[in-house]
Amino acid sequence: MESIIFAMFNGVLYGMLLFLLASGLTLIFSMMGVLNFAHASFFMLGAYFAYQISEGLNFWAALFVAPVIVGLVGAGVERWGLRPVHRYGHVAELLFTFGVAYVIEELVQMIWGRVPVPYEIPELMSGALFTWQGFDYSIYRVFMLVVSVVIFVALFALLTYTRIGLIIRAAVSDPVHVATLGHDIPRIFMWTFGFGCALAGVAGVVGGNVLGTEPAMAIQLGPIVFVVIVIGGLGSLGGALVAALIIGVVTRLAIFYDYGLGSLFLSLGLEIDTAGLLRDFTRITTAQVAPVLPYLMLVLMLIFKPRGLFGTRDV
Amino acid sequence: MSTLLGRLTPWIAGAAALIALPHVFTSGFALTLMSQIGLLIVFALAYNMLLGQGGMLSFGHAVYFGLAGYFTIHYLNFIYEEQVPYIPVTLIPLLGGLVGLFFGILIGYVSTRRAGTTFAMISLGFGEMVTALTLVLVAIFNGEDGIQTDRVLGEELFGITYGPNIEVYYLIAGWCLVCTLAMFLLTRTPFGRISNAVRDNPERVEFIGYSSQRIRWLAFSLSSFFAGIAGALHAVNIEHVGFEQVSVIQSGLVLFMVYIGGAATFVGPIIGATLLYFLQSTLTGVTEAWVLYLGVLFVGVIMFFPGGLAGLISMHQPIWRARARLLAPLLVPYSRFLAALIVCVLGCIGLIEMLYFRSSRLSTETELVIYGVESDPFSAGPWLIFAAAAGLGAFAIRKTYPGAVSAWNTAIADARARPLG
Amino acid sequence: MSSALTLAGLRKSFGAAEIIRGVDLAVEDGERHAIIGPNGAGKSTLYNLISGRFPPSAGRIHLYDTDITGKKAFDINRLGLTRSFQVTNIFARLSVLDNVRCGCLYALGHRYAWWKLVGRLQDVNEQTASILRDIGLWEKRELPAGLLSYADQRALELGIAIAGGANVILLDEPTAGMSHSEVEQAVSLIRRISEGKTLVIVEHDMGVVFDLADRISVLVYGEIIATGTPGEIRASTAVQEAYLGTGAS
Ligand SMILES: Nc1ncnc2c1ncn2[C@@H]1O[C@H](COP(=O)(O)OP(=O)(O)OP(=O)(O)O)[C@@H](O)[C@H]1O
Ligand SMILES: [Mg+2]
Repeated sequence: MESIIFAMFNGVLYGMLLFLLASGLTLIFSMMGVLNFAHASFFMLGAYFAYQISEGLNFWAALFVAPVIVGLVGAGVERWGLRPVHRYGHVAELLFTFGVAYVIEELVQMIWGRVPVPYEIPELMSGALFTWQGFDYSIYRVFMLVVSVVIFVALFALLTYTRIGLIIRAAVSDPVHVATLGHDIPRIFMWTFGFGCALAGVAGVVGGNVLGTEPAMAIQLGPIVFVVIVIGGLGSLGGALVAALIIGVVTRLAIFYDYGLGSLFLSLGLEIDTAGLLRDFTRITTAQVAPVLPYLMLVLMLIFKPRGLFGTRDV
Repeated sequence: MSTLLGRLTPWIAGAAALIALPHVFTSGFALTLMSQIGLLIVFALAYNMLLGQGGMLSFGHAVYFGLAGYFTIHYLNFIYEEQVPYIPVTLIPLLGGLVGLFFGILIGYVSTRRAGTTFAMISLGFGEMVTALTLVLVAIFNGEDGIQTDRVLGEELFGITYGPNIEVYYLIAGWCLVCTLAMFLLTRTPFGRISNAVRDNPERVEFIGYSSQRIRWLAFSLSSFFAGIAGALHAVNIEHVGFEQVSVIQSGLVLFMVYIGGAATFVGPIIGATLLYFLQSTLTGVTEAWVLYLGVLFVGVIMFFPGGLAGLISMHQPIWRARARLLAPLLVPYSRFLAALIVCVLGCIGLIEMLYFRSSRLSTETELVIYGVESDPFSAGPWLIFAAAAGLGAFAIRKTYPGAVSAWNTAIADARARPLG
Repeated sequence: MSSALTLAGLRKSFGAAEIIRGVDLAVEDGERHAIIGPNGAGKSTLYNLISGRFPPSAGRIHLYDTDITGKKAFDINRLGLTRSFQVTNIFARLSVLDNVRCGCLYALGHRYAWWKLVGRLQDVNEQTASILRDIGLWEKRELPAGLLSYADQRALELGIAIAGGANVILLDEPTAGMSHSEVEQAVSLIRRISEGKTLVIVEHDMGVVFDLADRISVLVYGEIIATGTPGEIRASTAVQEAYLGTGAS
């Protein structure tokens, strides 16, 4: 029981991090129809900038400055890269961001090298906040959770109570109509993209020191974020939250409770030849299949509910 | 009769070129390079059945290439152990194709229910899933090391053993020719045309009797079949398959090949596969920044030449067809633009190389040589020169680009004004 | 029953807004039936329901004796119903010839064939050529459809719709945006292609409507307020008030 709470805590934490990424991605997609393949690359940039800034100044400066820089970089990419591609359609835009992801990864390697950089948890928060039932709940992890919840609440408030939020929600429910609202659409697009990237940047700042800051971090996390938004239903923020939490908790539980699948197959009455090519099916454990689980959920979702949990829009 | 001959000419020329090439480029490096290009052409054309012909952007098509490769290696090994019926190596690619087809039908059924960006995400999901599985199911995929085989099974027809690389080259060349012809003919069938129609306007297709989902599924399955053939050829050629072959790296590479070559035309993927693989295998030894250049090239093509290289050529086809002389006024504006582009690119390459050199601090003893000149990345001189070239080039590009575009516009308008020949 | 198309109690809502509010209509086999009504009355929505673009919220649709309510668009098309679109809806990158060719492939039984070459299909070639001549695009058959002028694209829209030789043809404002002489050509074309078939046409140009139609239905706010011969409709005071009157103001 105690352990399940600890595993759940870690799962929720991971899920909230995924949601930070997925929320920016969803905002951009809802407003612009663009699936930003480079989204996780902006997450990576957030981590690297945070590392650089905390080297020079400190973590707190990084927490506030790095996302802003990432947002500006994102807005720049939109202004000078994505905007000219807009007229070729959404698939071309997706391709463009795919190329950008490659370029960012290479640039990061060019500047910071191919090995991980020592971006570490600030000393102040490296200890345990409390120990409960034999498990250490570190200050930093609780802090991460607080940050992501605060951002979630702020985002929710922004969408519910402000003018810009009204426009965004109008766009989410009916993309055609925003164009008729008479706003300066290219400018709104630019700042939406920048804002979405900044959210990814925040995730990078708070997550980079836990997950490890290295050039492969984008390619590792990116596809999972896409799974989150497809499962949640493209364009649905609530769906993204639920899907992110489910994926976070399920994968963490699978790692934590390292069951062997062999006994499962046996109990299903499946005899597997322990010498043949399929022998691994008797040996693998849930921890090993954890990386596959999000994609498995994606496939199941597509078979049984192709629009995702809360999706309304056909793409 | 003359039209038939006219239609056959490119194919006969292509076959002749494939036969002659190893006698022109005789080095071992060239032979391996050409073999690999041959099978990548098959893969790229298969991929373009999705992207260019059917309007489906996939980030996971290497799954069918790679799984067929794994299967081929296992099958060859099983033949040694006499656990499976003997199949001559000459026909093994067909087996690979069937493996690709099998997975294409299976996975395609789920993923082609959606189109557009959702389809792209799903293809990525399947790609990631299979890549992750290669690390879990060690007995089948053997993790990061991959699996290997020996392609020499004994003598086949005419004493071929596939021991020497030249024999494998001809195996690949033969399959490449057959597959290219088959895929070309496919574009001219009812299926091929409707596939194009689904690309252009999936909704309208439903009102002329077709299920766009069914068409996508069929296109996906057939494409996976040819990707499987390419994967089997890869396995025979290299005698090794690893997780790279199913991963997003390989899927991205084929996407780059097709898009940079030009997805809108049939020959685009052939050009792209040849050029990119040639560049990759020659440049990876020379520069660390190859992937960066590739990414920048890709982004540049999307932004400025969405038709790719073949698209650039076919843009001029109506002009050239109407009257070759109409091309003459293009010469000067095009050369201006090209010169600006070259200056800018050379400058950028210089800057990037120096940056890389500085960041990979391992090589303090070696000297950095760019364009045959020793350039010290720790002094200001080279930086200034390259930065100036890049800046001036970029400025000149902005100045000359409109001229090139308007020259083309004039020429195409003139060409269109002439009645059909 | 000699009705080609029967709509019974048809309703459609988008969210809270009910756009089609109980339509009953029987289109006789072989007649030319016009549907008129003010902008936003729901004419295109009615077409979308009949042709299977989306399912109705309530009510039934019969094509001859077959219940086609809620069937997929391609299934309905295979049963012999075709439609054109108000907003031009063509295959922009395909050539004009291929646009029309795609329109007749399924109907001529070639379906998803990947083992025969389109160039060799005699029946398809002949039908395509005759339709291209009919719609006056034979000379431009090699051009990508996206490069055609607006009027030519409208003609092509019609060509794709009729290419399969379906028995029941639904046209949505086929002459919208055409010049006077183009309208005349289009009308004679529509008259020719609907010979021996059932035609339903939505049209704002009253000249075209009264010229072409055997019967007319008036759709206002999602309800059919009158159906009758052109003479009856012209004389109807209800129509005058509800439609022609508002149209004049
Ligand atoms: N998919 C949809 N979702 C929501 N509302 C819709 C949808 N399609 C149509 N409507 C609404 O239904 C109403 C009727 O539209 P429709 O296009 O059928 O009118 P129409 O009679 O064809 O008009 P017009 O003469 O302008 O073509 C309009 O108010 C339109 O906004
Ligand atoms: Mg309408």
